[in-house]
Amino acid sequence: MPLEPTDEIAGRSLWADAWARLFRNRAAVASLVALGIIVALAILAPYLGAYPYDEVDWDNIQTAPSFENRHYFGTDENGRDLFVRTLFGGRISLTVGVAATLVSVVIGVAWGATAGFLGGRADALMMRFVDILYSLPFIFFVILLSVVFGRSILLIYIAIGAVSWLDMARIVRGQTLSLKRREFVEAAHASGVSPFNIIRRHIVPNTLGPVAVYVTLTVPRVILVESFISFLGMGVQEPETSWGALISEGVRGMEFAPWMLVSPCVFLAVTLFCFNFLGDGLRDALDPKDR
Amino acid sequence: MLSYAIRRLFGAVPTLLLLVAVAFFMMRLAPGGPFDKERKVPAEVLANLEKAYHLDEPLIAQFVRYLGNVLRGDFGPSFKYKDFSVTELIWGGFPTSLTLGGTAILLAGVIGITLGIFAALRQNTMVDYVLMASAMTGIALPNFVVAPLLTLVFGLWLSWLPVGGWGDSWTQGILPIVALTLPEIAAIARLTRASMIETLRSNYVRTARAKGLPERVAILRHALKGALLPVISYLGPAVAGIITGSIIIEQIFSIPGIGRYFVQASLNRDYTLVMGVTIFYGVIIILFNLAVDLIYGFLDPKVRYD
Repeated sequence: MPLEPTDEIAGRSLWADAWARLFRNRAAVASLVALGIIVALAILAPYLGAYPYDEVDWDNIQTAPSFENRHYFGTDENGRDLFVRTLFGGRISLTVGVAATLVSVVIGVAWGATAGFLGGRADALMMRFVDILYSLPFIFFVILLSVVFGRSILLIYIAIGAVSWLDMARIVRGQTLSLKRREFVEAAHASGVSPFNIIRRHIVPNTLGPVAVYVTLTVPRVILVESFISFLGMGVQEPETSWGALISEGVRGMEFAPWMLVSPCVFLAVTLFCFNFLGDGLRDALDPKDR
Repeated sequence: MLSYAIRRLFGAVPTLLLLVAVAFFMMRLAPGGPFDKERKVPAEVLANLEKAYHLDEPLIAQFVRYLGNVLRGDFGPSFKYKDFSVTELIWGGFPTSLTLGGTAILLAGVIGITLGIFAALRQNTMVDYVLMASAMTGIALPNFVVAPLLTLVFGLWLSWLPVGGWGDSWTQGILPIVALTLPEIAAIARLTRASMIETLRSNYVRTARAKGLPERVAILRHALKGALLPVISYLGPAVAGIITGSIIIEQIFSIPGIGRYFVQASLNRDYTLVMGVTIFYGVIIILFNLAVDLIYGFLDPKVRYD
């Protein structure tokens, strides 16, 4: 009996499945929403506050939060509005997080995919390089870099990105090693696709799952490093600010003005939490067998 | 085994060399010399200073000289603390940093592993959820947030503990050690739980139970041994984490350790001291990773020595 032509069944891609699973994960969805709000606040910062971020309000030096004078989070020891400063700090912290992560994705994916695909001596050499860099004390080098090149925030982006690609390279390489033996890569080979195009068209897109998980875990790590450096006074410079710099100012004034410590701490902690939950959720969503 | 150990030892040499080289050349690339002051120094004085510190030689010659000195444990004079050599400053701060960090890593191991086993044995109960949620908090919160908050609550509001200083009373150590240990406890507990759950399901633990061993023996003697392998390999990163954390903690609690010197030196552009500390801690981290690898190879027969 000939087969009846059936209605075409809509295929479900890996990504559609993963999205569905992610949206069933309450912690991940809540984190996504919270992050959305924080990002929106940071972007809209200049329009939300009643004061510019570097304006001194001489009548309100180091005053507690109050809605009457529209200093929602209080003011610092220079009479600057902490609500606006916290949001502006968020701009820097989040930008550093995203920018440095992008740098690390670009370098890490390219390096890992190339090493894994070439294999042999090139692979051994490239991964040995990663191993060596890996065992260097990372944070000391970021500090060294910031000492050497002055307190430029752009250089900090690049410096952090340039040293945080190592994990990414290892993950992508591992994926590539298992991918390159697969039939579709062999087929591409047989039909004469160049190695570069095989990496670009067939290998890299298939490594995106683990890369996506790792990105959500790299962003908070980078934000942490930037805060760490700014906390020590080697990151962003006045009047610019970031959460780490605000926390450091808060620590100095915490005896008389604890609110200076609270707002940047809360924003930083919530952001880090959300990225971690999102990363966990994403991992569960993309790799259901791992539960 | 021995040849594996020797090969690993030699494998660490290029890493150590690169560490010194990167630190050296990066500091030399720095714009602005260590003698840049607001007041202009006369040219002859500057020339003499540069000669005294060998800054007038070619870069490569300076590097070779520096490398030779480092091998002999001499990091040169400090540019800012004129009466001290960098080696003296590092050794001066080392006992303090070692006490702080050593206590922290010991506590982190003991408490973290205990909590991890506890959570694994009560998997998917309230205890497990509470422990793992706290561990998540410990991992997500950096210690420069935890330390000030602890100080605020226990030091200033409750006045139970001193908020800084070192060496006058043991109570001064409590807050810094707690702040330094919490993130590592969290990480170790999570790791132990995950690998313990996996081990508890394995065949050899089932065999141990089936042959009638008491649950305590099956867990402590059989399951734990296997479960601790990933925890041991985490010890390298844990030590690196504690060292990094101690920079912040020593700064917050005014503890006279190496970390504090490092921060002061970075802010003052004290080239030799920054390089000295970077290399000193770098060597410790690299050697510790090496030791962990060797121990791991010794404990896990599945590691092949080829």
